[in-house]
Amino acid sequence: MALNKQIFDTLIVGGGGSGLRAALQLAEADHRVAVFSKVFPTRSHTVAAQGGIGASLGNMQEDNWLWHMYDTIKGSDYLGDQDAIEFMCRKATEVVYELEHFGMPFDRNPDGTIYQRPFGGHSQNFGEKPVQRACAAADRTGHAMLHTLYQRNVRARCQFFVEWMALDLIRDYEGAVVGLVAMEMETGQVMLFQSKAVVLATGGAGRIYRSSTNAYINTGDGMGMAARAGIPLEDMEFWQFHPTGVAGAGVLITEGVRGEGGILLNSQGERFMERYAPTMKDLASRDVVSRAMDQEIKEGRGVGPDKDHVLLKLDHLGPDVINKRLPGIREIAIKFAHVDPIKEPIPVVPTCHYQMGGIPTNYYGQVVVPKNGNPNSIVPGLYAIGECACVSVHGANRLGTNSLLDLLVFGKAAGDHLVEWLKTNPQHRDLPKDAGDFSLSRLARLDSSSSGESVHEVGQELRRTVQNHAGVFRTEQLLSEGVEKIKEVAERVKRTHVKDKSKVFNTARIEALELENLIVVAEATLVSAEARKESRGAHARDDFKERDDKNWLKHSLWYQEGNRMDYKPVNLKPLTVESFEPKVRVY
Amino acid sequence: MQLDKNRKERIIWRSRRGLLEMDLILERFLSKHLDSLSEDEILVYDGFLQLPDNDFLDMAMGRKDPQDILEIALMNKIRNS
Repeated sequence: MALNKQIFDTLIVGGGGSGLRAALQLAEADHRVAVFSKVFPTRSHTVAAQGGIGASLGNMQEDNWLWHMYDTIKGSDYLGDQDAIEFMCRKATEVVYELEHFGMPFDRNPDGTIYQRPFGGHSQNFGEKPVQRACAAADRTGHAMLHTLYQRNVRARCQFFVEWMALDLIRDYEGAVVGLVAMEMETGQVMLFQSKAVVLATGGAGRIYRSSTNAYINTGDGMGMAARAGIPLEDMEFWQFHPTGVAGAGVLITEGVRGEGGILLNSQGERFMERYAPTMKDLASRDVVSRAMDQEIKEGRGVGPDKDHVLLKLDHLGPDVINKRLPGIREIAIKFAHVDPIKEPIPVVPTCHYQMGGIPTNYYGQVVVPKNGNPNSIVPGLYAIGECACVSVHGANRLGTNSLLDLLVFGKAAGDHLVEWLKTNPQHRDLPKDAGDFSLSRLARLDSSSSGESVHEVGQELRRTVQNHAGVFRTEQLLSEGVEKIKEVAERVKRTHVKDKSKVFNTARIEALELENLIVVAEATLVSAEARKESRGAHARDDFKERDDKNWLKHSLWYQEGNRMDYKPVNLKPLTVESFEPKVRVY
Repeated sequence: MQLDKNRKERIIWRSRRGLLEMDLILERFLSKHLDSLSEDEILVYDGFLQLPDNDFLDMAMGRKDPQDILEIALMNKIRNS
C-alpha cells in the first residue's frame, strides 16, 4: 500500500522539555522541523517536575561547576560518563540564563538574581557542606519551563503534529535513519515522514511498574522504536524509587510525614524499620527505607488481599499536627487512598519515578552503538535526548534537579549539533522501498485479529511482574523468575486483540501499540537487572551487596534480538579535568 | 444523551494528562459519568481539558473554585467521583 509522505529536515518525537528545547534550536536556525506528540505539548509529563534545575550560579553561596560535577559523579555511583557530566555541569549556567531570557518566571532574591534552593546531595567543595543550587519557579518549575519553551517554539514557527503517535523508525540499507512512520489519532491515517535526522525525546517508561509516579502517557515509545530498529538500550536496570507512593495509585506522600513522626507498619503491625535501621528507624535514607519496605512485602509481611503494600501510620500524631504540619497529605490520602489518615493508616509502596537508562548517546545526543570494535559508533541521522536517552549523566542514580538540567543541556546540544550536521548533509537520503511495511504489518495484525489477549489484562500482568521482580529489593531468584515471566508476557503481547476495528480515534488500538513499547522496556529492565551481579546506585541486590568495580564498572547494553546483553566501558575521562576515581559512596 | 463513539474517544484521550493525579481523577470521573454527560456538560468539560494540569488539579482537589455556575456543578461531579 502506498502511503502519503511528508518531508522535513528534522523530526522530533516527543513534545516535552527536551524535545521542545531541541526543536527551538532548529526552528530558530530556520530548519524545517516537526514535533510529534501524543498529547498537547504543554501537557507532557515534564509538567510534573517540581524540584528545580541544578546549576552552579553561585547566587546564594560560592559554587562552581566542578563541585556540581563531583556531586553528580558521586550520585551516579561512578557509572556516569565523566565527559558527558563535565559537559552538562559546565553548560548548566548558560542554559538557565537562556531560559531566564526566554521569560521563565524563576523565583528571585531581593537583589533580582535567581533564588536557589537547597537540595539533597548538592555540596560545596566536594562534599564538605551543603550548597543551594536548585533554580525553581515555585513548585511549578516543569510547568513554567514547558510553557516558556512552547511559546518560544510557536514564535519560531516550529510545526507541531499534536495527537500523532510515532510508530517506527525508518533505516536505509546502510543503517542511517531517514525518517519515521507515524499515525494521526484523529483519523487513524498512517503517513511516512522523510527527514535528514530523527530525534527521540519520548521521556521515561515508568509505567512498566505497577506503582509509578509517571503519567499514563509515559510508555517508552521512543525506546520501543529504537529497540525494534536494532538499537540496544543502556543501563536499563537502574530505576529511581520513592519509598512512599499511595498503593494502587502512585501519588507520592512526602517524606515529611515520617519526619513529623509517621511510622511504617507491616501486616503484623510491627514497626519493621526498627530491625533494618535501629538508630534512624523510619527516618533512614530513602533507599534504605524503600528496600526494607520491599523486603517486608517480598517476604510475605505485606498488607492487603495481595499482601502488596505496607502501612504508613500517622493517626497517633493527632488531627492538629496532621492538619497544621502536613497540609495536603490528608486530602491526598482521602482522594487517592480512600482513607482518612486522622483515623486510619495510608497504604504505601515503593514507587518508581525515574529511569536512569535509555537509548545510548554521546553528549551531542547522537545515538551510539557498538560496531566493528568501536563501542560508540554513531548511528547516522538518529539522536535521543531527555529521560529516554542514556548519555550517561545519571549513571546508577540521578542527583536531584539534574533531570530538568539534562533536558535543557542535551536538548540544546542535540539541536546545535544538528544545525551544524545539516550544513554538511544537505540532501535527504532515499527511503527504502519497503518503508512503512513493518508498521503497517503491526497495524494489520491488530486490525485482522478475531480473538486473543486483552490489552488491559496483559498490561496489568506486565506491571505486576516488573513490580514484583525488579522492584527495589532484588535477588537472583526474584530476578530469574521475573525474566521467565516477562518472556511469557512478551508472548502474550504478540497475541493481543482489539475488538474495535475503527480507524477514527481508536484509543484501544493506541493502547495496544503502547503496550508493544512497554514490553520492550520491561524485558530490557529484567534481563539487565538479572545479569548485573553487584549492587550499585539504584540497583541493590541482596545476594551481591557490594559494588564490584573490578567486574561491573561498565554499562549494560540490552538487545531486543535474542534478548541478549553486551557491555561497554564507562568513560572515566572528563573533557578537561582529572578523572574522579571511584570511591566508596558515603553521605 | 448518547455520545457518538468518536466524540467519546476524543474525550477519553484528551483526559490523558501530564500529571498522574489528573489521569487518576479523570479516569474515575469518566468511568462513572461519561455515558450520561449532557451537551452542556461536555462543553464545560472540554473547557476544563484546556486548563494547565496544575490549575486543573488545584480545582479538582478543591483548593480553587471555578467561576461559572455550570463549571462549579461539573467540577463538583469530578471532585466527588
